[in-house]
Amino acid sequence: MPAHHPMTSDQGLSADALFTLRRRPTSEKLLDLGFRQLTLALASLVAIVLLAILITVFQGSREAMASFGLRFLVTSAWDPVNEQYGAFVAIYGTLVSSLLSLAIAVPLGVGTAIFITEDLIPRRLRELIGLMVELLAAIPSVVLGLWAIFVMEPAIRPALELLHQLLGWTPFFASTPQGPGMAPAILILVVMVLPIITAISRDALNQVPIELRQGAYGVGTTRWGAIFAVILPAAISSIIGGVMLALGRAMGETMAVTMIIGNSLNFDLSLLAPGNTIASMLANQFGEADGIQVSALMYAALILMLLTFTVNVLAQWVVRRLSLKY
Amino acid sequence: MTRSTTQPANNASTDTTLFDRRPLSFDPSLRRNRLNGLFTFISGVFATLAVLPLVLVLVYVLVQGGRLISLRLFTELPPAPGLEGGGFGNAMIGTVLVTLIAALIAIPVGVAGGVYLSEYAGKSWFGQLVSFGNDVLAGVPSIISGVFVYGLIVASRVFFGQSYSAMAGGIALSVLMLPTVIKTTNEGLKLVPNELRLGAYGVGASRYVTITQVVLPAALTPISTGAVLAIARAAGETAPLIFTALFSAFWPEGIFNPIATMSVLIFNFAIMPYPAQNELAWAASFVLVMMILAANLLARWLSRLSKT
Repeated sequence: MPAHHPMTSDQGLSADALFTLRRRPTSEKLLDLGFRQLTLALASLVAIVLLAILITVFQGSREAMASFGLRFLVTSAWDPVNEQYGAFVAIYGTLVSSLLSLAIAVPLGVGTAIFITEDLIPRRLRELIGLMVELLAAIPSVVLGLWAIFVMEPAIRPALELLHQLLGWTPFFASTPQGPGMAPAILILVVMVLPIITAISRDALNQVPIELRQGAYGVGTTRWGAIFAVILPAAISSIIGGVMLALGRAMGETMAVTMIIGNSLNFDLSLLAPGNTIASMLANQFGEADGIQVSALMYAALILMLLTFTVNVLAQWVVRRLSLKY
Repeated sequence: MTRSTTQPANNASTDTTLFDRRPLSFDPSLRRNRLNGLFTFISGVFATLAVLPLVLVLVYVLVQGGRLISLRLFTELPPAPGLEGGGFGNAMIGTVLVTLIAALIAIPVGVAGGVYLSEYAGKSWFGQLVSFGNDVLAGVPSIISGVFVYGLIVASRVFFGQSYSAMAGGIALSVLMLPTVIKTTNEGLKLVPNELRLGAYGVGASRYVTITQVVLPAALTPISTGAVLAIARAAGETAPLIFTALFSAFWPEGIFNPIATMSVLIFNFAIMPYPAQNELAWAASFVLVMMILAANLLARWLSRLSKT
């Protein structure tokens, strides 16, 4: 208390010296403004890059658009000698490989997410599984491709042969599996999109309020009754958004697919035969192409961009519109 | 005491018509309990299947690649097709160089963009546009960024008449890194409590000083976590490099010439019909996976650091 007195008296005496109205110097104001404009300029770079990508790809594809038009989407000729190009095989392959891989990956991913969020196993084990799935996402696509060529494809070939023997009468399994093909590409895509679906589903399930679970258990449901009737419906919008992001990723995935799909230019309904996707066609041919082939590849790239753009925007829309408000 | 507990039970037995009383003990033979167990089992199988690829890939990369690791791999050039021996010293340097170029472009631009979105943009239409554009850019397939840089830089030969170059590869990778850095910076800055900003303004700091001296340091860990993850992802990318940085069988000759990278080396050598090249691809995968896993564990450690 005594130590306090001198201070207060001191303040009263020299208030003028302590608090003077300081005008900010022009240099400080300029620095402030300059920093703001700098961050603004660098932020707008995102929009500029996006626009530049669109313009570059569009400009590049104009020649092919003029000569092939929309026929490009439905014809399957890819003939550099006669300069006839159609991307049907690649577009079909992109859609089939990404959709079928999701059909396998969604149950696996959502099931795994439930397994590691719903208190079924000890916490340590849950965290370990979560970590491993996250690390799976970090493995480069090209390494997965290498593994697919030398380990996975030889290992699953007997199973694919069995599939051919049992279901060979349908057009989808009509050809004998002989190395690279659509089926191994689909499986490696499953491995690649699984971490995205698991991670997003896990976050979505973790965000479901604890009261909803408690309410469900309170009226006497079993654990899986609560999961199917309460928890999954509450989280479904984020899960669907995550699935669509994964679809976009699967469509654009390049390296692992290129290495194992066989890069065939001929149309084949059989999943056991070699196929092609837009991304793998780009990876294979872009370096060596010239003339109108570059333009045709740019046209295919434009289609891929539009596909992934649509899927990604839909994904954002789904998350925003369908999300339940608790 | 015993009376009071038996009393309600007696009451309950009188109005069984109202409530169908069941024993409060767990009966595993009930249909609902059997279904419950079945679904738990299925989800366990799914989780095992989801983890299996990681284990298998890691085991094969460690065994197949690890047994080939020797010093000469890091000091020698790749062998010509059909020949034995050699290494990938040039590709190691190339990956470091190309990733460094990408990081030097994407991290400053991305951090500044994240600062703009979080500190200046507010809910303005332009901020929303940038944020939307960032999400779209994050969804652009990596091969498209290669096509873009090919059209913009390689085909037009803007760099001293050179077509394929390490610089072009670095720029293609930076396009992929940018959205990640912006997003993690923006989210990291939003976690900084507003009281810190108000406190800085209160003692008379300008906005520039507040952001650079107070807000950014407070968000350093999430931002660096995002940067490390973006670098790790870029180091493993192949698709944007195949026709921008191309490949080179020689030591790097500056950043305006084609350059070898680990990922393109793995791709080229995996699809060659020569066992010596395939083995180099496995060894390069081992080194690349080790580098990327180390970066990921570093990032996880950094983010745990910020929580404590």
